[in-house]
Amino acid sequence: MITSKKIPAKIVIYILVIAGAVLSIGPFYWMIVGSTLQSGDIFHVPPKLLPGDYLAKNFQSLNESLGIGKIFWNSLFIALVYTVVSTLISAMAGYAFAKYKFKGKNLFFFIILCSLMIPYQVTLIPLFELMVSFNWLNTYQAIILPSLASPFAIYLMRQNMQAVPNSIIEASRVDGAGEIRIFFTIILPVVRPALAAVSIFLFMSQWNSLIWPLITLNSKEMFTLPVALSSLIGMARIDYGQLMLGTTLSTIPIMIFFLLLQKHFISGILGGSVKE
Amino acid sequence: MMAQVEKVVNTTPNIRVKTRKSFLTPKNAPYFFIGPAFLLILIFSVYPVISSLILSFQEVRGVEKSFVGLANYSRLFHDPIFYKSLLNTFQILIIQVPIMLFLALLIAVGLHSSMLKGKAFFRISYFMPAITALVAASIVFMILLDEHFGLVNYFLSSVGVESIQWLTTPFWAKVSVIIVMTWRWTGYNMVIFLAGLQNIPSELYEAASIDGAGKVKQFFVITIPQLKPVFIFTVVMSTIGTLQLFDEPFILTHGGPNSATMTITLYLYETGFKFFDFGYASAIAYVLVLITAVVSWVQMKLVGDLEE
Repeated sequence: MITSKKIPAKIVIYILVIAGAVLSIGPFYWMIVGSTLQSGDIFHVPPKLLPGDYLAKNFQSLNESLGIGKIFWNSLFIALVYTVVSTLISAMAGYAFAKYKFKGKNLFFFIILCSLMIPYQVTLIPLFELMVSFNWLNTYQAIILPSLASPFAIYLMRQNMQAVPNSIIEASRVDGAGEIRIFFTIILPVVRPALAAVSIFLFMSQWNSLIWPLITLNSKEMFTLPVALSSLIGMARIDYGQLMLGTTLSTIPIMIFFLLLQKHFISGILGGSVKE
Repeated sequence: MMAQVEKVVNTTPNIRVKTRKSFLTPKNAPYFFIGPAFLLILIFSVYPVISSLILSFQEVRGVEKSFVGLANYSRLFHDPIFYKSLLNTFQILIIQVPIMLFLALLIAVGLHSSMLKGKAFFRISYFMPAITALVAASIVFMILLDEHFGLVNYFLSSVGVESIQWLTTPFWAKVSVIIVMTWRWTGYNMVIFLAGLQNIPSELYEAASIDGAGKVKQFFVITIPQLKPVFIFTVVMSTIGTLQLFDEPFILTHGGPNSATMTITLYLYETGFKFFDFGYASAIAYVLVLITAVVSWVQMKLVGDLEE
């Protein structure tokens, strides 16, 4: 009796869960297939659900209309430099907040919390004016610098640094290690998991960011991937094969990383808010 | 006594000598560590937030700025498109967030239940949308939802449903934005719920079974209350995210048709960077700050009241 009751419920759950999974991954599959089809074939009736042979052609035309190599490089360079520097800056600040007593600490931490809560939209216009006055439009630093000190990352690093025992810091001081050396050789290795989570979070937010690059970049050769893709839509005649290839190229590298580093990735994207 | 004092006096200079190798002492080191972040936040956060407030009381014409008092704000009160963007944002918020969180909870509970095999695979599959750029997700759905030849309408027509004008009619355009948001964020919230479920101590369930509570009762008496903090977190985060909605309507519909998917941030972007009306755009930004503060405060208050 018990088993005959349980099996149907099990089957129903399986069907629902599988259907949900198909809905989640389906668009990825279709995006990849679309990147191998000619623009018109993407809307073929009945739909073509298997890869075609137009990938090279799509790449060629995408490269002609955008210079996809340069754009990919822009996105990668910006995201990498941003991630490395921002992670370091937030680890340093987080360390100071967690392990030192100093004048102005509370005031500055209050400022961090405020900037954590205020919507970024407020800063867009003055930042744009600032970029204009620095003559920084269409530069890498315009994309990287304004968000380089991430209040969220600082907050997260502070939380993680607090868990590091004071005794190991004091012991190294007695051994004569300087403050910088303690930070780099003792502290950073201990908080490695937090560094991984924070850097994945920062990389993803920069790699995917649209509105700020959209505002500060207007010359094609400086575009990042999201800006370039949004510019393809604005064209009079949209080439959908190109568009699908562009979205595939912006997604696949992240997907590979994700599949390789699932756990770090999930906790990174969730901003370390979930401990597993 | 004397010997002890001497010892203390003697050791202090020793440490000084050793740390003198670097210019940093435990006293000044925190300023060095915090310096870069402090400078950056001062220039790129604090200054813009203040400057934006001043701008919201000004009219900007080219390089000339003049104070106009509350003119920008009173203009907002009479701006039908602004009202529409507020209304749209809240409509999307009120419909999308509950649907998404309900789905996320449902899937999390399903995956958490012990009878399912291949949990890891499903977890990854569901989380996958959360790694895509919103731009990429919106583009793929823009093509999927094409009214003439899109895959979605093809499937609908094959089961006898008339094709839907997804992106070109006001109602369905909003639905389309909601679909993309739900696709992109459900798995994200599901993983948060799943982690919350895994953190519930199993002793609670064991004790309940001993007391004779069935699975359903356990769900409402143990699972739901235990998940409350996680639930609040997802509600607040989703709300703040939705109030700032930009990428999806920008790509899918550019705010159309007839401003049906115009959101606060999209309107701010158009005012500021299409029409370069910086004063007015800053006023919009400050209204967004106010709304975010009020909504967060109300949510916190509700939670507080529930707790008492």
